[in-house]
This record gives sequence, C-alpha cells and structure tokens, in this order.
Amino acid sequence: MNASDKYEAVIGIECHVELKTASKMFCACPNEFGGEPNTKVCPVCLALPGALPVANRKAIEHMVRAGLAFDADIPAFSKFDRKNYFYPDMPKDYQISQFDMPLTQGGEVKYWLEDGTMKVCRLTRIHLEEDTGKSTHAGSGDGRIAGSSHSLIDFNRAGVPLMECVSEPDIRSAQEAVGYLDALKRTFILLGVSDVKMEEGSLRCDANVSIRPIGATELGTKAEIKNMNSFRSVERAIEHEIARQIGVVESGGRVVQETRGWDEVNGTSISMRSKEQAHDYRYFPDPDLVPIEVARAFVDRIRGEMPEIPWRRFERYRAEYGFNVKQTTQMIEDGALADYFDECVRLSKNPQQALNFVLGDLSRLANETDVAVVQSKVTPQEVAELIGLLESKTINSKIAKDLLGRMWAGAGSPRAIVQAEGLAQTSDEGAIEKFVDDVLAANPAVVADYKAGKTNVAGFLVGQVMKTSGGKANPPMVQALIKKKLG
Amino acid sequence: MAAQSTAAQIAREVNAGTVSAREVTDATLERIDSVDGRVGAYLTVLHDRAREFADRVDARVAAGERLPLAGVPLAVKDNMCLTGTRTTCGSKILEQWVAPYTATAVARLIDAGAIPMGKANLDEFAMGSSCENSALGVTRNPYDLARVPGGSSGGSAAAVAAHEATVGVGSDTGGSIREPAAFCNVVGFKPTYGRVSRYGLIAFASSLDQIGPFSRTVQDAALTYDAMGGHDPMDSTSLDVPMETTADGLLDDLRGLKIGIVREFDTEKLDGAAHALYTRAYRDLQALGAELVDVTLPTADYGLATYYLIAPAECSSNLARFDGVRYGLRVDGDDVTAMYEATRAAGFGPEVKRRILIGTYALSSGYYDAYYVRAQKARTLISDDFKRAFGRCDLIACPAASSPAFPFNSKSDPYSMYMMDYYTIPMSLAGLPALSVPCGWVDAGAGKPMPMGLQLCAPLLSERLLLGAAHAYEQATNHAQTHAPRLDEAVVS
Repeated sequence: MNASDKYEAVIGIECHVELKTASKMFCACPNEFGGEPNTKVCPVCLALPGALPVANRKAIEHMVRAGLAFDADIPAFSKFDRKNYFYPDMPKDYQISQFDMPLTQGGEVKYWLEDGTMKVCRLTRIHLEEDTGKSTHAGSGDGRIAGSSHSLIDFNRAGVPLMECVSEPDIRSAQEAVGYLDALKRTFILLGVSDVKMEEGSLRCDANVSIRPIGATELGTKAEIKNMNSFRSVERAIEHEIARQIGVVESGGRVVQETRGWDEVNGTSISMRSKEQAHDYRYFPDPDLVPIEVARAFVDRIRGEMPEIPWRRFERYRAEYGFNVKQTTQMIEDGALADYFDECVRLSKNPQQALNFVLGDLSRLANETDVAVVQSKVTPQEVAELIGLLESKTINSKIAKDLLGRMWAGAGSPRAIVQAEGLAQTSDEGAIEKFVDDVLAANPAVVADYKAGKTNVAGFLVGQVMKTSGGKANPPMVQALIKKKLG
Repeated sequence: MAAQSTAAQIAREVNAGTVSAREVTDATLERIDSVDGRVGAYLTVLHDRAREFADRVDARVAAGERLPLAGVPLAVKDNMCLTGTRTTCGSKILEQWVAPYTATAVARLIDAGAIPMGKANLDEFAMGSSCENSALGVTRNPYDLARVPGGSSGGSAAAVAAHEATVGVGSDTGGSIREPAAFCNVVGFKPTYGRVSRYGLIAFASSLDQIGPFSRTVQDAALTYDAMGGHDPMDSTSLDVPMETTADGLLDDLRGLKIGIVREFDTEKLDGAAHALYTRAYRDLQALGAELVDVTLPTADYGLATYYLIAPAECSSNLARFDGVRYGLRVDGDDVTAMYEATRAAGFGPEVKRRILIGTYALSSGYYDAYYVRAQKARTLISDDFKRAFGRCDLIACPAASSPAFPFNSKSDPYSMYMMDYYTIPMSLAGLPALSVPCGWVDAGAGKPMPMGLQLCAPLLSERLLLGAAHAYEQATNHAQTHAPRLDEAVVS
C-alpha cells in the first residue's frame, strides 16, 4: 500500500476577494486597480489624525448578495471590529474587519469536479473588511526586504473593500480546492460583486491543510499555506503540502502548527512563523462605526434580484439537457451568455442545437470580431428561427453557417433572407437527380474509382453536387441517389 | 470693541458694520501678544491667518451676508485640524504636523464668521485634567497664575477667561470641557454624544469624545453650539436627527422644572466652603422656580473605573497610527519594529504611555471579557441609572469638579488626578449633554478667590432645555462678573 493511500487530507480555505464598488470601503476614493502610487488616497484611507470611516453601502449590499448565493444566514444585526496589529502598509495600524458578528454566517458552496461529481463545502462565514496598501522594498536589487535599504508604500489599495470567505475543513484534495475556488469565482463574477482577477490580486487565498489516517475523525495539526497567486499554484501548493506532511509523519515526525509561504518558482514552501509567534489582535467593536442593521426588506429585495446561481444552472443543464461536464461548464462560465442560451432554448425548444450555435459558430464569431455574443446583432429570436429552418430541413447546416455569418454582420431574420434569396433546400427528387447526373458525367475518373471499390470517393461526389446546387440540395437525398446510381 | 464683549455683541456690531471683523481680530491679537506670555493658552497664534479670515468675513458682510458669529475671535483646541496649521495634540509625536484638512466643527464655525486666533494648549492627546500633560507648553490659570487651568481643554478655557478669544472649542471625553471651564470661570458645554461631528478631531476615546464650546456667557455657548452642531456625513456616529437650536430658547426662570440633586454626590464630602457654595447654588435654582427632587445614581461610583478601561482601550487602538511611517515624528531604528518603538518611546509622554498600556492590557486575549466587556456592561448600567433619574426630573445639578483649580505639581499620583473627573465622567459614559456654569468663588488660600462651576445635565438631545436653564441661573446669579482675571502678578514657575 502506497503511503499516500493511508492518509486523508483535510483542507479549509480562506479567500480574500476585493469587492467591485465605485469607491473604497470607508471613504470616497476610487476603488480602481493600479495608477500612480498614492494618487487614490485621502485623509481617511491614509489614516491622517482625526479622519473617520463611513461604511460603503454598496459593499454591504454585495455581501448580502454573496451570502444569499450560498444560502448563508444574513443576521439582522452586524458590526465592524478593529483587528489591532502594527504593519507599515496598514495606515491605522488596525484593520477594520468583523470578528464575532459577520454580515453572513454559514451557507454552503456546491461545486463539481471534472467528472461531474457534485461536492459541497460548508462556509463558516463571509465577513467584510478593508485591504491594506502595498510595500515595495528598494535597495536590495531583488525587491526582497532582506538587504533592502528602504521601503516604499503605495496606499492606493488601502481601504479597498475586501470580503473574506472562510470555509469549513470540508475539502479533501487539491482538485477539490480548485473546484471550490472556481465555484466562488464564477458566482462572484455572475453576481457582479467582484472581478476576481487573481493577477490583480482581487482574489487571494490561504489554505489550512492537515492530514489524518483514513477513517480517523479527529483533525490533525494544520499548516497554513500563503502566497498562492493562481488556481494552478493553489493546486500545486496543496499537493506539495499533503506530500510534505505525509513525509513528516511517515518518517516518525510530528506536523507542527505553522504558517508556510508557497514558493511558486521552486515549487516548495518555507516556514514563515510558528503558532508561538501568533498575534493577539485585541479585537473590539470599532467605536467609529455604528452597528449595521440589515433590514429584512433589504435582504428580500436583493433575494428577488438574484440570478440563477451557477451550480443550479449546472445541475439543470446536466439533468434536463444531458450536456456533458465540459460543455456545461463552458456554457455557464459567462452568466450573460448562459442567459442568452436559455432564451434561445426557450424560443427553439432545441437545447443541443442552441448549444452548438452558441458555443460553436457564435463564440467563434465573437472571438474573431471581439464582440460578445450577447452584445452582437444576432438575437436569440433569430437563432431560434435558424434552428427552426434547420429542423424543418428548409436549409442544411452549411447554409445555416453562412447565414450566421451574415446575421452577425447585421443581416437580420434568417427566414427573411432564405425567402428573399431562394436559399431553401430542395428536396425535389427530379431536380436533385439532374444535379447528380451532371456531376457523375463531369467526373468519369472518380466514378471509375468508385466502381473499382474506392467507395470513399462518394463524399467528394456529394460535395460536388452540393456545390452545383448552390448548397440547396438535401444532403441525405444526394447521398442516396449517388449510391443508387453507381450501384 | 472691548475685549470683554460677548460673541453676541461682536456679531451684532460686525453684521451692522459698526466695527469690522478685522478690527476685532487686530485687537484680540494685540491682547494675545500682551498677555499670552504669562497665560500660555496658545501653542500657535495664527496672526496672518486670523487677519485673512477676518478680511473674508468683512467681505461677506459687505456683500450682504449676516453671520451668526461674524468676527468672533475663536480659540481652537489643538487636537482639531485646521488646514495649513500645525495641529499637535500637545504631543512631541505631532509637534511639526501640519493638517491638510479642516475638522467639520471648525469649518462650520469659520463659515459662521468666527475667526480662529490660534491653536490652544491641551493635555497630550486630551489625556489629563490640568493641562500639565502637554509636552509643548505650560498654560496658567488666568485667576491665579500659580494654578492650573484644568484640562484637558485648558488652553481654550484659559484663552476665553483671559480675553484672548471670545469663544473657544474644546473636546470633552470625561470632563475635559466642564472641569477647565469651572477652573477658569467660564461656561463649558459638552453636547449629547453625536451632536457635533468628530471628523477632524484627533481621537482620544472615540465613543466618548465630543466637541463643545467655551464662552463667557451661556448665550455665547448656545450661539457657538448652534453654528457647529448637526449631522455630518463624514462622521458615522454623528446623529442624523434634526438639530434643535438653543440660542433662541434661553429661559428667564426655572418655573415648572424639576431639578434632581444626586444623593451619591453629597457635597458634604467636599471642603466646607465648596459645600456651602453648592448648597447656595441649589437654593438659587429653587429661588428661580425649580422644584428640587432627590434622585439616585447608584452606579455612579463605578464611573471612574469604567471610564479608565473603556477610554484607554479605545486610545490604545486610536493612537496606534502614530508609528513614524507616514507623518509626525520618526526616530530611526535598525528595522521597522525598532523604528516604531523608538518613535513612540520618544514621541509619547508618560500619561499617554500609561493609558496605551492599560488599554492594550484590557483588550488582550484572556482579559477582554473581564475588563473591556464588563466595563461596557457597567456603562449600560450607568446610562440606565440616568434614565431612571430623568424619570423623576428634567435636569440634574451637581458640582463640575470637587475642588477649585489646584497649584501646579500638586497631584503627583495619577489616581488623584483621575478623581478630578469624578462628577463629569458618569455623564460622558451615558453620552448626556452637560455643562459647567460659574457658581461662585471660594478662598483657595493666599487670599485669592478661585471660581467653581455648577454642572447641569439634561436627558439625551435636550440641549435647548439645558442651555435655557443655565442661562436663567447665570442671569440671576452673575457670579462670573465678580472677579476679573489677575494677569499682572508675577509668574510663579
């Protein structure tokens, strides 16, 4: 038995997500990524003496939205607390956060693995806090603090609203961790609460990893892994940590509680601090901010505006339409596109053909022209018409493809185009026979090949007939006729 | 315009054009230049800026505006920001810090026509009851230069008493307006917590700090309060309820009012002269038509202990930002932690350090429930006591301080200094509006009569009634006028 088969990993994830709001959490400065250092600052986010915070209502709304998406409890009463510790890029030397009365409590994130298995990870809470500034260490050549002569701080990010999603230790593998994070990401994007751009730091996560013998119910000692800057690095870091802990235990050692930093370049992690060095944050209610009363009517209004949550859509597409995992995942990744697709299905009653068009030709056209499908000139109504024309065999798939290109350019109703240009497919046997005869007469060599047993040249002949007919001949009839004539 | 003029008189004349704001300002600056060497009310005198502000007021009046505080000389406690001026909090850590923005309350007073003459001294970060904790200057009591002006807003109180300003603004956390007002023979008023915006007031204890006026008459306190009170969107704790004006609600008598005398604040415990003085003050209230009723505040004795957990806890967090990173004093160290430690060791005085230590301890894991949480519960009980008491009366009367101003260096242990706020802290914990109005003189030795203050306290948001009643008492008794400041005596160090 392999060492790794004896153990089970137990993983919980803490995720920081920057909220998408016009202004920062406690002041009117713009909440935008980048910019010249220290240009998006004011007395409040620089923590000048005497400045006071005022909570951003939109951020609180986003929190309620995020909580409802995961069926979390939204308590009627919440408050902000101060988390006290000294850090140069944290201007007040305390962070306004939430300690014992977060805006959302509990809830669960449903996600799926590549094979379509649905998984559930319970949430402990989602709470609201503010981001810090960013330090740059100068004079050491490599940007590290060791050996640097001085540090520069940019406070543009200080005070950006941040929600922290804390999961229960329900995750059992690195792949599950990625599935969970994907679910958070697509849900937050769908809700418009965050852009979730890991490269801009708008999603950052830490993982608490422990192992225990399979069958054990007690939790092992955990290590907290930090500095993972992509989903791929989350996966690698967790895999590495599980292997590291198994190695420690298998060699007779004990896992110690510590914080470890992931080193993406070297594919390893380094101990940053042990439990003994843990901070006492001296949390207490922030006296500068009044408690938040979350009115039920406010929650109900937001509940009423909620879109269909991705995992529900995933299950619906799988159960009702029988789509495969890859197609379904691709389809729901963009909420607006999925809404468009739903409209196409509603009007055409043909999910498979709608999926083919939306993920196929329409997405290709979108890529080529850099215009989103939902913003294009092609309406779901027109897509449904096109599907109808195909279903009634009025046109074949080649004509349909051409029509889509023209519809993308703004040609309008496909039915009208077909009528105006006589593009309807012909099923008139006499007419098709004439096309077939012409093609056979014009290609004696190919006909000879066929008769000599090279039956795969039939495809060429069908193609020639289609071409001669201007694409209008009914392809199955053409096939049948050629076969019959060449007997 | 005499330096003794009230704000109401100055504003009337400036608005009428019979005197200019510039003339009032020049006269006041002259007074400051002649007496502040002895009083030490100001850390910074704004000679040029004051004249600029005055010229602007004169231009506005000339353009037809009528301003409630037109040309009124104002002393601003140096823990309130005013753009372009040094704002020190009486601390070495902010000694050279120039504010890039203006506190809402100060901005509103300037908009109402007041002229900031300077930034007034205070106990460092408003922590103290004598002004002796200022790291940047000594302020003396204008009625006896050998005595303290009280604190923490001692500079603002002394400036108004010495006619170096007509009105002042201070901040009151546990008595920092009322106690120095009593010591300096002026009116000092702490409004309901949340009535005046704290935006731009450098925080000591956020849940207790409240800005309020100093003046030589109740009417001037009312005019100043009316000009700066009301909701401010920049301060989440400022009350978003309609602002009731007070200057038009001053009373002539106290008929129909029930005034509570607090059983636990029995003045027999005080010095005999002080006891006699308060006994007379209560009789005077009665003579004005008030009915005196006996009320009880059983938890009032716990006020000091409660306050000295909550206020230090908040201050330990509020003062964390003075770390040498972004502004203020920086003392370099080998790494950032060493820099923090060296900066804060050099920048903060002993009382500030003591309170940061107490507060850090009270919030620590394992002690939080025993100290901070219990103190918050005690705070609720104290508020409930007041609610019950106000079920039986309209106002409460009691001393503002247990003694008149004391000589420098006479309170050597912190506890005896903390006791100076025994009568004012319970109202602060309950967020109630309260004021001190001059109520007579006692001989504090050396044949120098020293003023004392009567504290009146009202239910939440009852500023109009409170100031109205204080006005009736002031007009009937006129104690403030009995003696003039004694600034000609030799300065005893």
